[in-house]
Order: sequence, then structure tokens, then C-alpha cells
Amino acid sequence: MNANLYAVIGLGVAVSFILALKGLSAPKTARRGNQIGAIGATVATVVVFFDPGSTKHHNTFLILAAIAFGVIVGVPAARKIQMTQMPQLVALFNGVGGGAAALVAIVEYLNLSAEGTPSKANIVATVFTVIVGCTSFSGSVITFMKLQELMTTRPVVFPGGRFLIAGTLAAVLATGGWTIASGGNTPLLIMGGLSLLFGVLFVLPVGGADVPIVISLLNAFTGLTVAASGYVLQSTLLIVAGTLVGASGTILTRLMADAMGRSLFGTLFGAFTAKPQAATGVTETRSVKSSSPDDVAILLNYAQRVVVVPGFGLAVAQAQHTVRELADLLTAKGVEVAYGIHPVAGRMPGHMNVLLAEANVPYEQLVEMEEINPTFPQTDVVLVVGANDVVNPAAKTTPGCPIYGMPILDVASAGNVIFLKRSMRPGFAGIENELLYDPKTSLLFGDAKESLGKVVSALKNL
Amino acid sequence: MTTMAILTIFVLSIFVGFEVVSKVSTTLHTPLMSGANAIHGIILVGAILVADKATTGLETSLSIIAVVLATINMVGGFVVTDRMLEMFKGKGGKK
Repeated sequence: MNANLYAVIGLGVAVSFILALKGLSAPKTARRGNQIGAIGATVATVVVFFDPGSTKHHNTFLILAAIAFGVIVGVPAARKIQMTQMPQLVALFNGVGGGAAALVAIVEYLNLSAEGTPSKANIVATVFTVIVGCTSFSGSVITFMKLQELMTTRPVVFPGGRFLIAGTLAAVLATGGWTIASGGNTPLLIMGGLSLLFGVLFVLPVGGADVPIVISLLNAFTGLTVAASGYVLQSTLLIVAGTLVGASGTILTRLMADAMGRSLFGTLFGAFTAKPQAATGVTETRSVKSSSPDDVAILLNYAQRVVVVPGFGLAVAQAQHTVRELADLLTAKGVEVAYGIHPVAGRMPGHMNVLLAEANVPYEQLVEMEEINPTFPQTDVVLVVGANDVVNPAAKTTPGCPIYGMPILDVASAGNVIFLKRSMRPGFAGIENELLYDPKTSLLFGDAKESLGKVVSALKNL
Repeated sequence: MTTMAILTIFVLSIFVGFEVVSKVSTTLHTPLMSGANAIHGIILVGAILVADKATTGLETSLSIIAVVLATINMVGGFVVTDRMLEMFKGKGGKK
């Protein structure tokens, strides 16, 4: 293919990615934006086989088979995944991308050093790609395991952990320096191994509630590794696309951290500041007030205004549709119903909006935290469905607890609070919720979908 | 490509990246992250380039693994993002 034509197509693909990100920033254009990006990526994948720079085609058949295999693995995973498990899938996709970038850099490095000594700039870019790509890969695997609850969601902190992390990072950088100085293959591979270890150690101390921020950050990292490998491969497209993701990912990470009221620094360097938490020796003996579906139905029936606070538990119980049925029933009875959406309800910012959109909840009823908080004093009943951390007053009152400083929904100022919970188990962040013992709180134990179904039928009989 | 040209591209891309997402609403954080995630699947292009000229067994196997991983990242990323956004669209249509 003509070199100029090839370059122009590459430019077009880069522009399609800019348009994709731009489109994804506004609700109306989001889907089209994503499609534009997908088309661009497909075009790039096809034309790279006609790259005028590569004259040797050794493995075309193998490559096509590998792509087919990747599609067979990736598409069904993306199609069949439950929307509740989507954050960990994104984490996993990000991880494999980071791994791919690291492998590309390693292979190009082996290739260049077989032909002679690679330039210093190339070695530096390779070292960067391998360090960050491997860290992103192993870190993403750990975030996946945390979100999938294959391991504890609490921060994993062990004595001397911070020295181990600092030591590993120092060793990574030292082997990086060694690679740059000597240009050998062995130091590069040792460095890759140490980077994998660093990724694990880096994510382990991050608490469950902060995991989304880490996914977003690793996403930005992977973008930068793609840009660096683009430098090694002399590909403008990879540089532009990687940098775009790196830059927008960084901004997005900061926006998320702001939405959660977390300091980015605190999240990232949690490993260096977190102390092993002393187990609270106090056994909880206070009693909670439990309620029946009929009581809840009566309370809701005579309310003027009801706010539903959905959480991840609602999604797990697949109760979105039942919640909507209840809301429709109440609206028909003249009760004002709104949903109070915490920015990080669910597992990621905006996750709850996706889940409720799946159940066709009218968009106008979804109210963001800043707008709904002032209305709680005029609210008669708050129905907390499978949420916990986002209404936990400990975020305001208990300095030092993992969610301290996170803005919460002030449900305590409403007339009545009803928690729908499966058990007294604390939320994802693993913290006890004082609000459960408040006199105006009552609990309806059981599966959220079942409980709501009972409330709906009780309400119909009233 | 000269280093200066690359530096220019890099710095301008950073600004474009900052600019395009600076006004995103919280609602779209998750799809945007997922979409950006799919975009860095473009490393597939790099993986194909290195696989194409790989000669030794080690280079070939590593680069083929890279092609598989990058394909999963790219294709899976775009599909899952589309699924998320499909729901938003359905909601808008029924207004």
C-alpha cells in the first residue's frame, strides 16, 4: 500500500478515537461515539496487514487465527456478562491490554537486539512499557479477584508491607536502570517479573470501595504503555491513541476520586499510610427494629414523598424490575417517588444508572446526590435497597474508617428509614453502619426481590 | 520520525485527551472508562506488526499471545461498552 495513503488512514483512525471519546462524554452521542471508535479500530486492524513498512510476512495465518480466537473469547464474555459483574470484566479487559503492550515491547526489543544494539531511547521506551504494562496486568487481575470476591474486598495490609512495596519498586527501577545500561535480555525479563509482583503489592492494600479508582488509573497506565510501544514501533497511531487514553483516563480518575470524595494520593499511596486495622473487640449486642412487608406497605401508602436508595444488593438480587413496579404503584397512588443515586452506588461511578436503565426506570426519577440531599428532611420514607456504605454516617463521623470523607446520602434526616437487607453483614467496604440502630430505622430482612414483591402485593391489597 | 515530531504529537494528544472528557457527567463515567479501555486495544496493531516479522519461536509465541490478548481487549471492550449504552438509549426512546 502507498505509504501516504497508509498514513492518511492512520490519521483518520486517530480522529475516530478522538470523536469516540468526545461522543462518550455526552449521553445523547455516547453510543454513536463508541461505534465510531469500533469502526476506526477495525479499519486500523485491517490496513495494518498492508503496512508498507513491513515487507516480511511470516505469520499471517497464525495472526488471523489468533484474532479469531480472541474474538471467540472476548465477544461472548462481553455479551453474556451480567451487568452487575461488568466492572470486573472491564478490569480484566484492561489487564490483558496492558499485558499485550508489555509483550509487544518485549518482542520488538528481542527483535531489535538480534539485529544490533537498540538505541537508548528505544530501550528507555521498552523499559517503561514493560514496567507499566506488567504492573497494569497483574494489578488488574487482583482488582478482578477483589470485585469477583474471589478474595477479601478489605484492604490487605501486613506488617512491613510498605517496606516490601517500596523495596519492590526500588528493585524494579534498579533492574530498569540495569537494562538501559547493559541492553541485555536477562535484566529486562527480571524487571518484567518484578513489575508483575509490584502490581500485585500495589493493589492489595486498596480497599474495596476504592477499587474503581484503581481500575480507572490502571486504564490510563495501559494507555501510556500503548503510547510508549508506539514510539518503539514508530507508529503515530499507537502514540496518539495511547496518549489520548492516558490523558483522558487520568482526568477521569480524578473526576471519580472527586465524586467519591477521596484524595487520589490517599488512594494510591494507601499502601504507605494504611495501618493494619485492629479488630473491634466489641460484640454488637444492640438490637435492631425489624419490620414486616405489611408495615412497610402501610408506611409507604401514607407517605407524601418516598426516596429509593438503590445499592449493589439490589442489582445482585435482580430486583430492579420489582423496585420499578413498586415505584409505579406508589406514583399511581399519588406518592412522589424519586431515586437517590450516589455517584458510586454499585461498584463503579455510574454503575447504578446502567443497572436502573436496564429496568427502564424513567431518567427523570434518577436524582444525583447533590440534588437529593437537601430534600431528605421533606421525605417521609427512605427505602434503602441493598445499599449500605453510601448511607453510612461513619463517613462523616468516624475519622480513620476506610470511607471517611466520602460524601453520603443524608437519609438520616428523613422521617423513616427502611433498610432491605439480607443480613446484618456490613457493606463492601466492611464497616459497621450506625444508622441501622437508629430509632427511626427499621429493617426488612430477606432477599430484596422477594421482600419488595411482598410489599408490592401488600400495597395492592390496601 | 524525528524525536521532535513525536514529542509534538505526544503533547498535543495529551491536551486533546484532557479536553474531550473534561465535562463528562457522573452517569457516563463507567461507559467512558470502558470505551477508553477498548481504544487502547489498538495495541492489536502493534501486536500484528511484531508478529508479522517474528522469526524465532520465542518471538512468534509471545507476539501471538499478544495478538490474542489485544483482540480480547479491543473487541470485548467495544462490545461491552455498546451493551451498557444500549440500555441508556432504550430509556431515552421511551420518554
